[in-house]
Amino acid sequence: MTKSMTDVICPFCGTLCDDLEISLSDDGKKILDVYNACAIGAEKFLHSQAKDRITRPRLQQADGTWKEISYDEAAEYAAQMLSKAKKPIMYGWSSTNCEAQSVGHEIAEMVGACVDNTAAVCHGTTLIAVQDIGLPSCTLGEIKNRADRVIFWGCNPAHAHPRHMSRYSWVPRGFFTGKGHKSRKLVVVDPRVTDTAKLADIHLQIEQGRDYELLNALRVALNEEWLPDTVAGIPKEKIREVAEVLKSGRFGIIFFGMGVTQTLSKNHNIDEAIALTKHLNEFTKYSIMPMRGHYNVTGSGEVLAWQFGFPYSVDLTRGFARYNPGDTSTIDLLSRGEADAVFVIASDPGAHFPISCVRQISKLPSVCIDPHMTPTAGVCKLHVPVAFVGVETGGNAYRMDNVPIDMRKVVDAPEGMLTDEEFLTKIRDRVKKLKGAA
Amino acid sequence: MSEYIIKNGHVFDPVQGIKGDKSDVAIKDGKIVKDTEVSSKAKVIDAKGKTVMAGAVEVHAHIAGPKVNMGRIYRPEDKLFTYTPKKGNLRMGGGFSIPTTFKTGYEYAKMGYTTCMEAAMPPLFSRHTHEEMRDTPIIDEGAYPVFGNNWFVMEYLKNNEIENTAAYCAWLLRATKGYAIKLVNPGGTEAWGWGLNCLTIHDPVPYFDITPAQIIKGLIDANERLGLPHSIHIHPNSLGTPGNYTITLDTLKLAEGVKAKNKFGREQVMHLTHTQFHSYGGENWGNFESKAKEVMDYVNKNKNITIDTGNVTLDETTTMTADGPFEHHLTELNHLKWANIDVELETGSGLVPYIYSPNISVCAIQWSIGLELALMAKDPMRCFITTDHPNAGPFIRYPRIMKWLMSDKARQDQLKAFKNSDKVIAASTLASLDKEMSLYEIAMMTRAGPAKSLGLSNMYGGLKPGMDADVVVYDLNPDKIGDPEEIEKAFSLASHVFKTGVEVVKNGEVVNNGNKRTLWVNAKVQENAQVMRDINEKFLKYYSVKQANYESLGHHFVPNPYAIEVDAT
Repeated sequence: MTKSMTDVICPFCGTLCDDLEISLSDDGKKILDVYNACAIGAEKFLHSQAKDRITRPRLQQADGTWKEISYDEAAEYAAQMLSKAKKPIMYGWSSTNCEAQSVGHEIAEMVGACVDNTAAVCHGTTLIAVQDIGLPSCTLGEIKNRADRVIFWGCNPAHAHPRHMSRYSWVPRGFFTGKGHKSRKLVVVDPRVTDTAKLADIHLQIEQGRDYELLNALRVALNEEWLPDTVAGIPKEKIREVAEVLKSGRFGIIFFGMGVTQTLSKNHNIDEAIALTKHLNEFTKYSIMPMRGHYNVTGSGEVLAWQFGFPYSVDLTRGFARYNPGDTSTIDLLSRGEADAVFVIASDPGAHFPISCVRQISKLPSVCIDPHMTPTAGVCKLHVPVAFVGVETGGNAYRMDNVPIDMRKVVDAPEGMLTDEEFLTKIRDRVKKLKGAA
Repeated sequence: MSEYIIKNGHVFDPVQGIKGDKSDVAIKDGKIVKDTEVSSKAKVIDAKGKTVMAGAVEVHAHIAGPKVNMGRIYRPEDKLFTYTPKKGNLRMGGGFSIPTTFKTGYEYAKMGYTTCMEAAMPPLFSRHTHEEMRDTPIIDEGAYPVFGNNWFVMEYLKNNEIENTAAYCAWLLRATKGYAIKLVNPGGTEAWGWGLNCLTIHDPVPYFDITPAQIIKGLIDANERLGLPHSIHIHPNSLGTPGNYTITLDTLKLAEGVKAKNKFGREQVMHLTHTQFHSYGGENWGNFESKAKEVMDYVNKNKNITIDTGNVTLDETTTMTADGPFEHHLTELNHLKWANIDVELETGSGLVPYIYSPNISVCAIQWSIGLELALMAKDPMRCFITTDHPNAGPFIRYPRIMKWLMSDKARQDQLKAFKNSDKVIAASTLASLDKEMSLYEIAMMTRAGPAKSLGLSNMYGGLKPGMDADVVVYDLNPDKIGDPEEIEKAFSLASHVFKTGVEVVKNGEVVNNGNKRTLWVNAKVQENAQVMRDINEKFLKYYSVKQANYESLGHHFVPNPYAIEVDAT
C-alpha cells in the first residue's frame, strides 16, 4: 500500500493551492504521484525526483566547467563576496519561504546590500500605484462566496494561474453564489483571444497598450458623460454596456496581471484601475487584486515591509533603508554598473532581465542559490543547489491575497543537501564573524 | 540570572498602594523579590530623586498584522526622516505612525512599556500577525482575534446558542493563538461585504438577520461562560460619527447586570476601546461637540466596565481598523488613499492616512474629548491611556498625553494655540477641568489598571514580590516638577527598563533585545461535536484554505509562547 499525504501546499504560483494530495512510496522517500494540482504544480513535485539533479555547490571555472565544492566552502565564498562588496545586490526571494527571507535580510543588513524581489519585473508598478492611491481588496474566499462580477484585465489565469478560476474566482459555488459560474458575469480585457477570454461573457479585445484609456473611459461611462465613438478600439456603446454590467453587480472583483503592469503607462494603468475600483464602490461593492506570480513574492514584500518598511527595491547600503525604484531597483543598478556583487536566490533573472543586465551579472562576483540549473546559475560564478521549498522543507508563504499558509515538507531532500534557510544561516554566521573582526 | 536592587527611588505602585514613598525594589531570577532576598552581588541602581514604576501595559494598539503591514507598504512617506541605523545587536528601524517591527519594540521599551496587546487580529491572518510579533523585540505581546462579524458567531447567536459560541471562541483562540474576544463594529463589517453598514445596535445584519446588540450580548455571555482573563473588548457601531454617544451608551447598557466570572481577578465584563471616537455630540461636523461627560457619567457608575481613551495627539497618522465601512467613509471625507482588506467569513479592515491638524476645529475638539474622558474618570483603575495607535496618533506620544493630563497649564497653552480656539473651547468642558493627575494615577491608568483588566494582575502592573520584574526608572523627581515639558521628556526616555529581570534600556538607549514572549489563552471546553462539525463544513464549503492549514503552530510563529490556561469544562 502506498502512503498518501493530504492538504499539501503547492509551491508554484501565487494561487498557493493547499489541497494537493501526494502519494508516496512505502518508505515515504519517493513521490509517486500528485493529485489535485495543475500540470505545472504536479511537475514541480515530480521534477524534484529527477535522477540527474545537482546536489552539491559548484564553482564555475575559467573554461566554463564546474568544480564541485562543499556547502561550507560555498558559504565562505558567498560570505567573503558579500562582505567585501561595497554595493552588493541580493535579488530574488520569491520562491522561498519567509524564514529564509528573514535570515537573508539579516545578512543584507550586516553587509549593506540592495535587497529586491521579483516584483521589480512584475508587480512593482502595482506597488507604486498602491502607494499613490491605495488598494481596496479582499481575500480570495470573499470572491468565492460573494462575487457576481469578475474581471480579468491583462492576465490569463487559464495558463498562468491554472486553478485560480476553479478554486476562487469563476467556477466555485460559495455561500452567496450557489450557482457557481452561472451566478457570475465574466469580463476579460485582453488584445488576444486567450483561453481565459474564450470563457468570457464579454471579451473586450482592446488595442494593445491602450489600457489606461479604456479604464478611464469606463469611469466616464459610470458618470454617464460624453465619450468619443471608440476608445482603445472599443465602441462607446460597448463601453457603456460594460459599465452598466459592472455597476449592476452586488460584489465585483478586478484581477489584473502583467498585461497592464508592464505595458505602456505601467503604474499609471494601475492607478486608473484602482481609481475605477474606488469609483465603483460609490455604486456597489468592488475589490481589486494583482495576480501575483511566484508563490511567495507576496511574502517577500510583506517581510521586507515589516522589517524595513518598504516592499521591494530596498537599499541598505547606507546603514538605513532607502526606497526609490528606478534608483534602488536591481535592473537599474545593474544597467548603470553600480553593483559590485550579485547574490541571487529563488528566482531567475537570467531568463527575465534585459541581456545587458545578465551580461553585467556574468562579469561580477556572483552567487546563485537555486535547486535548478537555470540561465542565472549558468552565468554566476557559484551555483548552490538547495532543497525544494514546499517539497523538501516547509515554511511560510503568502498567497496573492496576502493570506499566509504554512507549507509542508513532503519528502527528504537528497542526502546532505541544505535548505535555503540552513545555507543562509551558514552565510549569516560567517558574515557576522567577518564583520565583527573588521 | 542577574540580581538588581533599585535604591531610594520614589516608588508608585497601585498594587501595593505605594504613592511615591522612597523605597527599594529588588530583582532576582526575573521576578520582583523582597529586598532582603538579593545577595550582596546584586547590582545597585541609584534611583535617588527618580520615579520608579512597574513596566507599562498597552491594552490596545495596532502594531502587527496584515493591515499594519499594508500601512507600511503603502506609505513609504511615513519613513521619511525617521530611520535609526543598525547598531551592535540592534536592528535598523524606521517609520513614524507605522514603524517597522524592530522599531516598535524598541520605542515601546524606551518609554517603559513592557507588555502590549495587538488590538485586532483577523483569524485567517493569525500567522502573519505572529510572524510580526516574533520580530518585535523585548515586549511581551498578545493579539485579540476579531469575532464581531464572524459567520459562526452570528449563526450561533441568532439562535441564542451561547454554549456553541463559547466552544467556537475557545477553538478559534487556540487555532490563532489569540488572547481575547474582540468585536469591531459588530455586524457592520459583515454588512460592508455588500457595501453596507450597521449604524446602531439594532440594525439587522444583511442575510444573517441578527442585530449588533444580539452579537454583543451573546459574546459577553460566552466570554463569562469561558471565564477568559480579559472581557470582551469592543469597538462599537458608528465610530467617529457626530451624535454617536447615544449608540455608545446603548452598547454599554448591554453589560448591565452581568457579573464577571473568572479566576484572574478581572471585574469588568466589557472593555470599551478608544472611547474618544465614540463620545461625539452634534448632528454634523459643523455643530460637532463633546459628550464625554455623558459617557463618563455612565462609566463611572457602572463598575463592570473598563475603557481606554484613544487620545488624539495632533499628528499626521495612518488610521486602520477592522471597521471597513468607516474607512470608506473616511476616504470619502478626506480623499486620501484608501486600502481595504475584506476577510472571508470573519472580518474586514481598511486604512486611510489622516492629518489631525490643530487648525481644524473638529480635530482640536477630538483632542479635547480624549483628555476630558481621562480627567473625568473617577476610578483610574478602569480608564486607560491609549491613542488607539496609530488611529488617533502614534504610541510614541504617550509621554505627551501624560504631560497634558498632569498639567493644566500644558492643556490651557494648547487650547489657546488652536486656530479656532474659541470654538474648540466652547465645544467641550476641557477648559474648565483644572484637575491635574498624579503620578500614582498615571501608574493606575498605564500599569495596574490595564493589567487587571487583562486578567494579568498577578504578573504585570505592579512591584509586589512575586510579580514579573518589569521595572522602569524615570528621571523625574516627583517633588520637583517645574516645567510640564520635564514630564514628557522623562517618560519618553526611561533611565532604566527591566523586562523580566533583564536590563533592556539604559539611559534612554536600548541595550538588549530581551526575551519576548507571546501571550495566548488556551481555554478548554467540553468536547462539542456540533461545533467541530460546523467548523469542518465551513472549511469544506466556504473557506479558501483547508482546515488543516489554518492553525498557527510551531516555533516560527510562536517561538516563545506563554499560554494562560482556562478550564471551562
